[in-house]
Amino acid sequence: MADRVQRRPATKLVPVPSTNKIPERDVDKTPILECRHLGIDFGGLTAVNEFNMAIGRTEIAGLIGPNGAGKTTVFNLLTKVYQPTRGTILLDGLDTHSMNSVQVNRAGIARTFQNIRLFGNLSVEDNVKVGLHNQVRYGMFQGVCRLPGYWRGERVAHERAMELLSIFDMQDLADHQAGSLPYGAQRRLEIVRALATNPSLLLLDEPAAGMNPSETAELMDNIVKIRDTFHIAVLLIEHDMSLVMGICEGICVLNFGEIIAKGTPEEIKNDPQVIEAYLGKKREV
Amino acid sequence: MKRMTKKNRANFLTYGGVILAYLLIRVYDGTVGLSSMIQGLLVPICAYVTMALALNLVVGVSGELSLGHAGFMSVGAFSGTAAAIALQNAIPLAPLRLAVAMAIGAAFAALAGFLIGIPVLRLNGDYLAIVTLAFGEIIKSVFNNLYVGLDAKGFHFSFLNDTVSSRLGAGGKLLIGGPMGISGIKIISSFTAGIILVLLTLVIIFNLVNSRAGRAIMAARDNRIAAESVGVNVTKYKMMAFVTSAALAGAAGGLYTMSLSTVVANKFDFNTSILILVFVVLGGMGNMWGSILSASFLTLLPELLRKFNLDQYRMLVYAIVLIIVMVVTNSPFLQQLVENVTGRFKKEAPAEAEEGGEGNG
Amino acid sequence: MTFLSYLIQGISLGSIYAIIALGYTMVYGIAKMLNFAHGDVIMVGGYMCFFATSGLRGNFPDGSVAQTVVPGLAGLLLAMAVCTLLGVTIERLAYKPLRQAPSLAVLITAIGVSYFLQNGAQVLWTSNPKVCTSVIGRGAITLGGLSISHVILLTVAMCVVIMVALTWFTGNTRMGKAMRACSEDKAAAQLMGINVDATISMTFAIGSALAAVAGVLFTSAYPTLMPTTGALPGIKAFTAAVFGGIGSIPGAMLGGILLGVIETFAKGYISTQVSDAIVFAVLIIILLVKPAGLLGKRIPEKV
Repeated sequence: MADRVQRRPATKLVPVPSTNKIPERDVDKTPILECRHLGIDFGGLTAVNEFNMAIGRTEIAGLIGPNGAGKTTVFNLLTKVYQPTRGTILLDGLDTHSMNSVQVNRAGIARTFQNIRLFGNLSVEDNVKVGLHNQVRYGMFQGVCRLPGYWRGERVAHERAMELLSIFDMQDLADHQAGSLPYGAQRRLEIVRALATNPSLLLLDEPAAGMNPSETAELMDNIVKIRDTFHIAVLLIEHDMSLVMGICEGICVLNFGEIIAKGTPEEIKNDPQVIEAYLGKKREV
Repeated sequence: MKRMTKKNRANFLTYGGVILAYLLIRVYDGTVGLSSMIQGLLVPICAYVTMALALNLVVGVSGELSLGHAGFMSVGAFSGTAAAIALQNAIPLAPLRLAVAMAIGAAFAALAGFLIGIPVLRLNGDYLAIVTLAFGEIIKSVFNNLYVGLDAKGFHFSFLNDTVSSRLGAGGKLLIGGPMGISGIKIISSFTAGIILVLLTLVIIFNLVNSRAGRAIMAARDNRIAAESVGVNVTKYKMMAFVTSAALAGAAGGLYTMSLSTVVANKFDFNTSILILVFVVLGGMGNMWGSILSASFLTLLPELLRKFNLDQYRMLVYAIVLIIVMVVTNSPFLQQLVENVTGRFKKEAPAEAEEGGEGNG
Repeated sequence: MTFLSYLIQGISLGSIYAIIALGYTMVYGIAKMLNFAHGDVIMVGGYMCFFATSGLRGNFPDGSVAQTVVPGLAGLLLAMAVCTLLGVTIERLAYKPLRQAPSLAVLITAIGVSYFLQNGAQVLWTSNPKVCTSVIGRGAITLGGLSISHVILLTVAMCVVIMVALTWFTGNTRMGKAMRACSEDKAAAQLMGINVDATISMTFAIGSALAAVAGVLFTSAYPTLMPTTGALPGIKAFTAAVFGGIGSIPGAMLGGILLGVIETFAKGYISTQVSDAIVFAVLIIILLVKPAGLLGKRIPEKV
């Protein structure tokens, strides 16, 4: 499958400078994600248009913008919940055209959801084990007959799940039902589940929503820790500016489905167009 | 590893319960003696318990409503029983013939489940339910018009009109006779075989649920989009649950028919599908032990009611109970009420009632 | 000639399916639930009509026009009154507590209600079939050698009248607009001051009244009445509603008539024994090829 996809992108590739500032340590490597002329229409409505972006191998990037700007739609395009109308997505140089959600995840993109989507009736540990679905594999027959492959697989899955849960100190919650966890823990569990799929790019949709300032600070440390431990790139949507400005190296601002600014936190803070998008136009006196 | 043993303990209690029930019935039968009515019900109970467990795999574990499971039972019953008759001379040993026939029934039902699953599992919710219903009716219609005969030259088939009987050579016999179904079945099913099937079904379901595949099935049930986002091929695992369930239903169908002397396609109609659904819902969706209890009890119930001449109210009572169970388990107000009542007994009810509590009015 | 007479029979049967499908489609559009018991409300309507006609016929001189028309009209009104009440009661007791529940739970409850009505009818009225008299008599008109019964004419006319009336109602009245609002977004409708509970009750009332009309027409065309009479037409009418595009009023009509024609042709040209199987096969194919139906529109899930 992957080979077939790899051979065909030439028709859709357009040489466009992504104009992104990739962090210096990643500059000499190819970007993990490149979007070119990405866009989608719903009926006659253009939700996202001309979305160009590149993310470095170990970059923490931010996607910000007012409500309804199309941020989550970008995530849905990247993970193929929607198929793009236009444009190309290159994941580590591989065109994800004609892939579905499952294949994109196997290729290396994992995500969390704005409205939490856990497997509510499963235990915390089993949620992570579902994330390990393609990492620790054995067949249905092995499982039903409890052959050695089952015992080996289950032991590895258990150890890996506990290890991943320990990132957020959640080992003690392993037996709890995921749906009964407090809100913050559910958001953290979603991140752990996404990490379990061994991604090279982690998409976080409003990870700090509903958290208090001290929880947010802890989350910031953890996101950096995840990047440093797993050597992966992170793209996050967030409204909490302290988090975005605190940890993102590159920021992309979206308004009405189009990119209005790109740059480092410092540049974005002072960009007049961004200020206008968030606060409205300054009235002429 | 404490958690593993806890989960396993519940499963082993279920196995133990089934074996204990079997031994008790056997001892009671040997000493006091069961009435012939109850004795005649032992195999049907095992068949219905297996059906309920199989449907629970689809409804409770996989989260899809199937309204046509009697169709799979029918496929297994007809193919299995026809195979048993055809193999009568080849395998003289009855238990072995029963096992082979049930395996053939399960295989055909699994094939039907796979073929039906391809279109069905592309749909969801109410549409999926109604399409399974449609397939159940189509299967019934097919067996009502299918004629299969066997003679020295091999199998003969015809559809709608019986052209098989006239084509059969000397010593040939009509296996399936359209609306007349199969008659002259040798009764080879036994209670022991039934219990073995129930235990086998339990082992398959419990082991499946507690494995990688089972988690994927339940993840797809809880949240399809999230399951796909972590790389679970939802259609594949829904199909796995559906086909496994169909195969088990087919085996149950074979067991059931081979305890009767004749069987017709109309026996496996929509009402049978609903009856099995009632077993599953009353036993608790996803709860295997509950399915076993409700299927056994509700199969015995009509016979007990018949003694008191209350049989005509049986289905009415089922309907009322079905509605009440659904309303009580799904109404937020009633759930709260039940929680408060049980909480009082458990003495660990949370002090702060939600939304201010009822006492302040 | 046989082709034309099959076609007319098909349109007549299809018109009954269309009337049932209208009730299905309205309830599905607004309450977002598959009211499995809808078919059994038809059966109750049929029994009501049977009791009214057989009770009143004796009071009129034999062979007079009044002997047919008065009991027929009384039967129709009684059926509509009882079914409306029944529909609203069912909604209140069984479906309203489940407004927030998963669709699986609602569907199982609806199946429970369907079983309750069937078995309740069996206890009350026994399973012995009753033979109904047509509410409009057994007369027929002849058109160019083709005989068309009064029942067929009445059925087709009623179907057209009901469709036009419903289209006007949902488009132009206050309640109709409230219904359309509820079908789009119940929470938003509530915020706009629409009484959602009352609107849903009203939908069930209209749907059940339509079921009563369908029951009267159905027993006039096919006189044998049993507690299970409504179940199969109910499921087929749902097929028709899906065929036309669920939630769409012209769609229900179109789907109903097409399904009736398909079924009659299957009976006439292939085999009576497999006609139901063919109807179900049509349902399966439609759901797979065009899940939104002929005139419906599809709404994707929001992520």
